[in-house]
Amino acid sequence: MSWVPEQPDRVWRSAEPKRRYQVVIVGGGGHGLATAYYLARNHGITDVAVLERGWLAGGNMARNTTIIRSNYLWEASAGIYEHALKLWESLEAELGYPILFSQRGVLNLAHSPQEVRDGMRRVQANLLAGVDAQWLDPMEVAEVCPIVNVSPQLRYPVLGATYQPRGGIAKHDYVAWGFARAASDLGVDIIEHCEVTGFDRRDGRVIGVRTTRGEIGAQTVALSAAGHTSVLADMVGLRVPLQSHALQALVSDLLLPVHPTVVMSNAVHVYVSQAHKGELVMGAGIDAHNSYSQRGAVHVIERQLAAAVELFPVFARAHVLRTWGGIVDVSPDASPIVGLTGIEGLMINCGWGTGGFKATPGIGWCYAHTIAHGQPHPLNAPFTLDRFTTGALVDEHGAAAVAH
Amino acid sequence: MMIITCPWCGPRNETEFHYGGEAGVAYPADPGVLSDEEWGRFLFVRSNPKGVLHERWSHNAGCRRWFSVHRDTVTHEVGPAR
Ligand SMILES: Cc1cc2nc3c(=O)[nH]c(=O)nc-3n(C[C@H](O)[C@H](O)[C@H](O)COP(=O)(O)OP(=O)(O)OC[C@H]3O[C@@H](n4cnc5c(N)ncnc54)[C@H](O)[C@@H]3O)c2cc1C
Ligand SMILES: [Zn+2]
Repeated sequence: MSWVPEQPDRVWRSAEPKRRYQVVIVGGGGHGLATAYYLARNHGITDVAVLERGWLAGGNMARNTTIIRSNYLWEASAGIYEHALKLWESLEAELGYPILFSQRGVLNLAHSPQEVRDGMRRVQANLLAGVDAQWLDPMEVAEVCPIVNVSPQLRYPVLGATYQPRGGIAKHDYVAWGFARAASDLGVDIIEHCEVTGFDRRDGRVIGVRTTRGEIGAQTVALSAAGHTSVLADMVGLRVPLQSHALQALVSDLLLPVHPTVVMSNAVHVYVSQAHKGELVMGAGIDAHNSYSQRGAVHVIERQLAAAVELFPVFARAHVLRTWGGIVDVSPDASPIVGLTGIEGLMINCGWGTGGFKATPGIGWCYAHTIAHGQPHPLNAPFTLDRFTTGALVDEHGAAAVAH
Repeated sequence: MMIITCPWCGPRNETEFHYGGEAGVAYPADPGVLSDEEWGRFLFVRSNPKGVLHERWSHNAGCRRWFSVHRDTVTHEVGPAR
């Protein structure tokens, strides 16, 4: 199908850990790498290390289904995701690296009268928040995506959809490499196979980390460890309201172009796009129980495929090529937790759960600001850890389109 | 698929069960005396270990009773119900 650019052998400089840094970022996923890049680019802070226990982007960053959109209900959410979407729109030029960002639009299907009301309400909220949004009836859905079955005979018929034309997909591993290369060029050390196993503290303050490659001092330690945040937080006695779950996705064999956009359905729980090479990329729901094993249950995949085939009859002929899982960090209100922790020298960025890929450049920008200034950026200020004390939740759980 | 042993029905497929999260989280004896922070912690914070978790399951498609197990969140090995 489309052309996918070749990769050079070495994209970033691999570094030996120094004894100390101004900022140590724990986690070399998209968020950690973007944060390092914007620390250097926006704040001139280049004495930065990104520590990754495995290989770069081996966590959720290269396991997600790459859906990008900003059509969330609440202002706080639309704020940070729209900031990210604007950055996506010029990211390829910014990084000087191909990321295959494709604004092919995102449909969020409604299958019940309540979902229709919620969808219409969200369209209005999006328009007020400056986010592009349209309400489509079933025939208009079929125009945007002819392979969706809009027959009223379906068990869960398509009654309409919200549409965000500026939404789309990108190539996740290239995004990680692009940020890694750009950060590395600005002087950031990217250190793989370096697991944080503990924290050094003085007078309560975090002053560094212990790792499988020795002790590393830091003025600020910034966590960006997604599904493993609780493991790290437990090491410093910080209680974070997160539960880790397996989330699965799969790809089909390579097909000719059949699917022009991104379709998400909350009710039957499937979301699907067609990647540049031609594989259908589909995501499932989370396994209900807590998990740190990067594989989920087969029955979850089975349920998701049943829904996909009903919604897209042409998929019945496709084959599943590969399935995999990632560990996602789910917060009680399904919104991220970003900023100060109450422990000096320690910052947190987590809780993005099933939907943090789309935020990558936006959170990198805002988390870098939070680290540089010791104060939240206005766009992540609503997402503090202490909202679970004050009660000022950002409840996107029922409110958003779907979780991704 | 995990096999979970219901104390009343024996070993059954995971799909028959409903997950209930961490076990042993008691309702505060006197909620009125809790600080906002303590109350928030009771409402929102649960253990999330990489390893053994003591947790609740209900045998929804069977006897519909609740019970607790110790399960490893990495290997998914389920210990005896109690
Ligand atoms: C199957 C699936 C589908 C998804 N689909 C979408 C989607 O369509 N759209 C969307 O917006 N989001 C999606 N997401 C969510 C998205 O992938 C995550 O929210 C996002 O990637 C999290 O940020 P990250 O990239 O920094 O995480 P990660 O890539 O997971 O980075 C965290 C890193 O921290 C490292 N780490 C952990 N512990 C330590 C330690 N002790 N020391 C050193 N390093 C450590 C990990 O190895 C990991 O590399 C999906 C997730 C999954 C699993
Ligand atoms: Zn039973």
